[in-house]
Amino acid sequence: MFDTALTANDFIFLAKGAGMTIFVTAISVFFGTILGIVFGVIRYQLGPFWSAPLMFVLDIFRSIPLLIQLVLTYAFLGTVLRLGMSGLTVACIVLTLYTSAYCAEIVRGGIEAVPLTLRRAARSLGMTWAQDMRSIVLPLATRVALPSWIGLALGVMKDSALVYVVQVTELLKSTQILITRLQEPLLLLMICGAFYFVISFPVARFGGYLEKRWSND
Amino acid sequence: MIEIENVRKSFGSLEVLKGIDLTVPRGEVLTVIGGSGSGKSTLLTCINGLEPINAGRILVDGTEVHAKTTNLNRLRQKIGIVFQQWNAFPHLTVKENVMLAPRKVLRQSKAEAEEMAVRQLTHVGLGDKLDVYPGRLSGGQQQRMAIARALAMTPDYMLFDEVTSALDPQLVGEVLDTLRLLASEGMTMICVTHEMKFAREVSDRVAFFHKGVMAEIAPPADLFDNPKDPELQRFLAATH
Repeated sequence: MFDTALTANDFIFLAKGAGMTIFVTAISVFFGTILGIVFGVIRYQLGPFWSAPLMFVLDIFRSIPLLIQLVLTYAFLGTVLRLGMSGLTVACIVLTLYTSAYCAEIVRGGIEAVPLTLRRAARSLGMTWAQDMRSIVLPLATRVALPSWIGLALGVMKDSALVYVVQVTELLKSTQILITRLQEPLLLLMICGAFYFVISFPVARFGGYLEKRWSND
Repeated sequence: MIEIENVRKSFGSLEVLKGIDLTVPRGEVLTVIGGSGSGKSTLLTCINGLEPINAGRILVDGTEVHAKTTNLNRLRQKIGIVFQQWNAFPHLTVKENVMLAPRKVLRQSKAEAEEMAVRQLTHVGLGDKLDVYPGRLSGGQQQRMAIARALAMTPDYMLFDEVTSALDPQLVGEVLDTLRLLASEGMTMICVTHEMKFAREVSDRVAFFHKGVMAEIAPPADLFDNPKDPELQRFLAATH
């Protein structure tokens, strides 16, 4: 039953794919979160009317399937602008914007969850807008937003499987290559799934740990 | 000295302050009484610039609160305010709540801010709750913490906006005791309150607000025992 043609080299090949998945995800979630915080704060400060143009653009990133965004961006940057960017760069750019669009809403929701009376108390103590944001809003909004943000990060990790369309060989693509060669789809998909689990699990546990640590109040 | 000159304030089409004139010298304890919607709480939030005003002006030690050139963050260091809802920062311990503004705004060292926090918290009777999170405190304790937090900025004036109104009856006493203590130490205070007995006891003057107008202001003995304004007579009859 456990006869397999899978070699150590194949396994390393899969691990490299997993490395690529982690790399693309880490870059996108990192920069996407920073951008998302900026967009979310802008959205909150400007109110629904003035931030409408920004939200419209972000809605585009949220509503068009990622696969289409990747293909179109790759084609646009490559053939129209002739920038000669690598598929990896394009993948990171698109996934970053995709992440930021979701993150902006999470951030806005987090900020809105901080009671205005608390912020008024902070300002009445002579704290500036920035000090209030930094010392009161950021920590409290983070507590509210963390579960959604963890969900987003894990979602982006799995969505990153789509970057194979711009010639990036990540975990799922590596698996498909091996399936084509070895014709052992079930075993390979199980291994691939196990890889995804091993990547996700610590992130989810870490989120749970933070939530528990912050539940002092 | 706080000088309030012909201040008008509207929320939309509703005028909540209709030309208030009032001067509070240093060391005075002024209490403001009146029905809900009389504008008394709004006046407090205008004094430290949390709310803009539509006409008139407010001077604190000669600085016009609503002038464009006024640095409100600096001015607010002089004016402590405590609200009906105590607004404890839930992610910080009691001590950290009190230390935050002195650290950030006054740029005190950690040791300095900590010393001040311990002193103020001991002062309001929370010396044994320093490292507790506010969620573990009763409403009265949280409100006293909010008072200590405001005092840690060493303000010259303290504004109290119905600080006992959201408390369970048995917790009102401890907060009022803290206010009495401050008054006895010579702090300049404006207290918006529904506690008539407290107002009579600690105030130098009591002001009665009715529908955005300061209908009467007098020392407590005169105002409570010999009210002239018919609305005040009705108000006192209803609350006694």
